[in-house]
Amino acid sequence: MAPASPKVLTANRLQTGEVLYWKAGGWIADLRQADLFGEPAAAEAALAQAQAFVAANQVVTPYLFEVRRTGDGLAPVKEREIIRSLGPSVRPDTGKQAPPMHKHHV
Amino acid sequence: MYRYDEFDARFVAERVAQFRYQVERRLSGELTEDKFKPLRLLNGLYLQLHAYMLRVAVPYGTLASRQLRKLAHIARKYDKGFGHFTTRTNIQYNWIKLVDVPDILAELAEVEMHCIQTSGNCIRNVTADQFAGATPDEIEDPRPLAEIIRQWSSLHPEFVFLARKFKIAVGATPEDRAALQYHDMAVEIVRDGEGRVGYKVTAGGGMGRTPYLAQVMSDFVAREDILAYLEAVLRVYNQDSRRDNIHKQRIKILVNAIGVEEMRARVAREFEEIKRMGTLQLPAQELDRIAAYFAPPAFEALPDAMPTGDLDFENWKRTNVHPHRAPGYAIATISLKAIGQVPGDASAGQMEALADLMDEYAIPEIRVSHEQNLVLPHVRQKDLPAIFARLQDLDLATPNSGLITDIIACPGLDYCDLANARSIPVAQAIAKRFAGLERQHDIGELKIKISGCINACGHHHAGHIGILGVDKKGVEYYQLLLGGSGAEDAAIGQIMGPGFGEHEIADAVERVVNFYLKERSPGERFLDTYRRIGMEPFKNIAYQEQMNAAYNG
Repeated sequence: MAPASPKVLTANRLQTGEVLYWKAGGWIADLRQADLFGEPAAAEAALAQAQAFVAANQVVTPYLFEVRRTGDGLAPVKEREIIRSLGPSVRPDTGKQAPPMHKHHV
Repeated sequence: MYRYDEFDARFVAERVAQFRYQVERRLSGELTEDKFKPLRLLNGLYLQLHAYMLRVAVPYGTLASRQLRKLAHIARKYDKGFGHFTTRTNIQYNWIKLVDVPDILAELAEVEMHCIQTSGNCIRNVTADQFAGATPDEIEDPRPLAEIIRQWSSLHPEFVFLARKFKIAVGATPEDRAALQYHDMAVEIVRDGEGRVGYKVTAGGGMGRTPYLAQVMSDFVAREDILAYLEAVLRVYNQDSRRDNIHKQRIKILVNAIGVEEMRARVAREFEEIKRMGTLQLPAQELDRIAAYFAPPAFEALPDAMPTGDLDFENWKRTNVHPHRAPGYAIATISLKAIGQVPGDASAGQMEALADLMDEYAIPEIRVSHEQNLVLPHVRQKDLPAIFARLQDLDLATPNSGLITDIIACPGLDYCDLANARSIPVAQAIAKRFAGLERQHDIGELKIKISGCINACGHHHAGHIGILGVDKKGVEYYQLLLGGSGAEDAAIGQIMGPGFGEHEIADAVERVVNFYLKERSPGERFLDTYRRIGMEPFKNIAYQEQMNAAYNG
């Protein structure tokens, strides 16, 4: 059996819906800096830890998703997570992919 | 158009206050997400891929300029400067913060708008023909009845927690522009043999995983009985539908499980019971009172004199200007399908400029169509050149209404949490492929409709060419369907075969269209040729590249 893909933990911020990623026991906005879990046990432990943020009404629906290593970092395996990590492919001026000049919209 | 009375205003204001309190309780933790989710859905609020999405109801697709201006304001203040008009004739905002929603609802209430029943298992926003009250061939304006249905169905105590969502449309013309046969229930305004106006009621239509066309429940319901009859259909559905299986909860499944005769019999029994109670009659004076809100503007006495202009104007007139009931007037479709644009999107600036244009040219309403375009229903023919010039400046003058680039597409995986694949980039690629106007005119009426998942918000079953996005191990593929129609010649499209890759689908569509051009008989639309020669020859052409690759490989 092929080894499982490494995983990243994600959720949405309750107040705004913003996409968040798990890093060092907290949440950040940028997938490229997220914690990468190669071991399923570590991933599940982080997911369990994330429930405290759900209980504290900070995030909703945390879950793990698969990523693969690329030349310059991480890329989600599924298109859905690529789009969540960047923004709509049809509006590059919006979402996390937006150039800094547009960031005031966010 | 309809104006809120004191009851309506209080009802909406109370809902705003109620939801403000619910949001406070969610943020404080008093409500868990599981408890809050059904409450937010009752107010059209979803959590999508990037943010919350708020769906605002546009009853029967009709907006006044002050409402359009407010929608623009909300886009600018609370979103990213644009909104998305949907196949349910609503508008969605994609970048909403939960904390802002109570204020947004309060702002909407200022212009008699809300998000109630735009989501959840209830009777949804009632839709109607976008040419209502303007088109020459209608028996009467369908919107007064749509408004009465809206009032009857808003927080109806029996029907707030249905097994599944329930969509109603109203039409009044032989030409069906409201996709009546694809609705859970539809009312067509008809005349009987003696010339009396009444209602033909159909039920059991729908798209999604298991598409069905609606079946006739009654050919003629008397005016005063219509609410009793609709209530009878809803009551049978509410009592007898499957609540144990999410895939079998729509009325279409019930009608087809028990058979149309049994469904009619059950509805007839309920109808007699409601009639016997005598509590749900629609008095003529109430219908007249509501109809008065929808009285057309006082048309000037003008001659029919359609202006002429340069080639751009003539091309726009050819597809986007339609006959009006009043001499000297016209209906104008504003395409939200500029080549390469996101179908249905409009910027705050465009919405504001349209609201100004409406005021300037005394056009009291604008309409949203289920094909994701806007419509100016009452335009003086003599004003068309000036309006066209203004629309050109706004990038809203694309002359493609009803042509191959006038594509319906759901938000798809670019925004939607339910989607399996992106829809919008496929629509953009196909529109660019067929951008040449001469070629579009040569092809003629051809409706392409694209959904990013089986839920079919992009109406792929009803497309002459339908496209359904699917997920194969995290990669997007697109199935082709041929032969569907949402019009008066309604049909369910047939799936051609295995899906095409993201970079293959526009090529496959082009091969199918070119084959139609080669095979068509004089006067045949794409749909006519397909119906005459069937799927097989189109299939052979569509998969030609794949077969060549397999052979050569």
